[in-house]
Amino acid sequence: MLRRNLKGAYTIWYRDVIRFARDRVRMVAALGQPLLYLFVFGTGLAPAMSASTNGALDFRQFMFPGILAMAVLFTAIFSAISVVWDREFGFLKEVMVAPVSRTAVALGKVAGGATVAMFQGLIVLILAPVVGVKLGVSQVLAIVGLLLLLATVMTSLGLVIAARQKTMEGFQMLMNFLLMPMFFLSGAFFPLRGVPLWLAWLSNVDPVTYGVDSIRQKTLERTVAPGMLGLLTLHPMAADVIVMAVLSLAFIVPAVWQFSRSE
Amino acid sequence: MHAIEARQLVRKFGEVTAVAGVDFDVAQGEVFGFLGPNGAGKSTTINMLCTMLRPSAGTATINGYDVRTDPGGVRRSIGIIFQDASLDDRLTARENLKFHAMLYDIPSDVFRQRSAELLAMVDLTDKADDQIRGYSGGMKRRLEIARGLLHHPKVLFLDEPTIGLDPQTRRHIWQYLLKLREQEGVTMFMTTHYMDEAEHCDRIAIIDHGRIVALDAPPQLKALVGGDVIAVRTSDNERATARLRESEGVETRPGPDGQLIVETPQGDRFIPLLIDRLASGQPPITVASINLSRPTLEDVFIKLTGHAIRAGEADGVQAFRQMARMWTGGRRR
Repeated sequence: MLRRNLKGAYTIWYRDVIRFARDRVRMVAALGQPLLYLFVFGTGLAPAMSASTNGALDFRQFMFPGILAMAVLFTAIFSAISVVWDREFGFLKEVMVAPVSRTAVALGKVAGGATVAMFQGLIVLILAPVVGVKLGVSQVLAIVGLLLLLATVMTSLGLVIAARQKTMEGFQMLMNFLLMPMFFLSGAFFPLRGVPLWLAWLSNVDPVTYGVDSIRQKTLERTVAPGMLGLLTLHPMAADVIVMAVLSLAFIVPAVWQFSRSE
Repeated sequence: MHAIEARQLVRKFGEVTAVAGVDFDVAQGEVFGFLGPNGAGKSTTINMLCTMLRPSAGTATINGYDVRTDPGGVRRSIGIIFQDASLDDRLTARENLKFHAMLYDIPSDVFRQRSAELLAMVDLTDKADDQIRGYSGGMKRRLEIARGLLHHPKVLFLDEPTIGLDPQTRRHIWQYLLKLREQEGVTMFMTTHYMDEAEHCDRIAIIDHGRIVALDAPPQLKALVGGDVIAVRTSDNERATARLRESEGVETRPGPDGQLIVETPQGDRFIPLLIDRLASGQPPITVASINLSRPTLEDVFIKLTGHAIRAGEADGVQAFRQMARMWTGGRRR
């Protein structure tokens, strides 16, 4: 029984990865938004930001980790949305009727969605040299891990919301009122030190904040001076990682539970 | 042991009762149909039998497994072909089958042989390595049939198997299904709102408003109608009814579109008599149009429920379905 369920979870993961690999168009299109933010928004704002730090910081470099997180965030949520569709009209319907436990289905979906979101982030990582961010092998490995962790948190959060939705409409609205605020509050665009209390408080309950914070620390390790980097980030890396791990569990459990409740 | 047993199945959605207590047995190897309009409770019943929905009340067993207590056992025994395509359009046909085999834990060597057999049976061997995106509606349906059988299910569920397909494709699909029954001895449980499709079944349950109103083999159901059916439009239906009752001793009943329905054996002989009787009485009644047909399931349906098979009201999921058809370019030709 366990073997059957493991095989089932693996099948679902594998399918997500294959679909991603075959959708070249989507891979490229998903680059669009990050590129826009980084090179239009970033370039536009760079001179002003630069002035306030006496040229010690290139704003685009500051934004870059946030953009990595953005790619992960949006892809993860998209995976979750597709569950609503898939369940009625797609492969997931066939999965739900197969002798695989709902738990295995949910876990397979979290794993698949997270893997794909991580890969999407990695594609954006390729742009690092363009903005002058220096990366070594051990850094890249660590970043891969952090991206995967963030992806897991966001995919399972998306699934918790998707699990009980029947149609796409309500979901879209929810995502607009949840997704964009989460992104803006995460510190992707501006350092979170010295912001008003209410903003600081909100960003502390935003899961993405911990993703951006840790990814920023790792990504800019060799590009920005430690003193400056310390001003730009909030928590020690270990703290970020632990928070994200705990959040993953906190979201995976209800996600699996929701899936398991047969109607 | 029956392939399917259902006892007092009920399903409510909030205030609405979709299925209001349904009882039936399906024997092994039988082709059993659920006939009724949209919204009658067909899809809901199938979903309960397939363990996709939990019954609000009542029980059902498939192949001896109880849908409530052993859904895993049920799922291993059944194959399902849904109303909406559930194939993965970025995978090839063979890959779709492979994924199914992985989900049902079919060993690789068994898979290789079985998938080749099934692809040959549904005539998709040449296109097996093309992505599904290029497939027509009929091809997708055939692949779904092949996929549904991959794990040797005892019972195959088909929810509106040929909906949205053109007549030729529909004929072909039924060829495969009947060949299937011969070769594999699979029990088939089918829902449809197409009368001609229901003719293929060994027995049919007619369902309306969540209840079974009749359950029998097609010939017996048609016998309920009692003979040939004449549908006539006259200049004065009331008088015509009375006149026919007096002179010929036949009863008429109202039918759709303001027609009068007369049931009688040897309808072809009766027509000249009918026209004559109506025209020769005082005042003369003219016949505007007249139609003779051998009884069909449509007539049975009208007789039992008082109305023709009608389009159901749209609800949230139906609307979603329309949207889906639009987005996928209506590939269900």
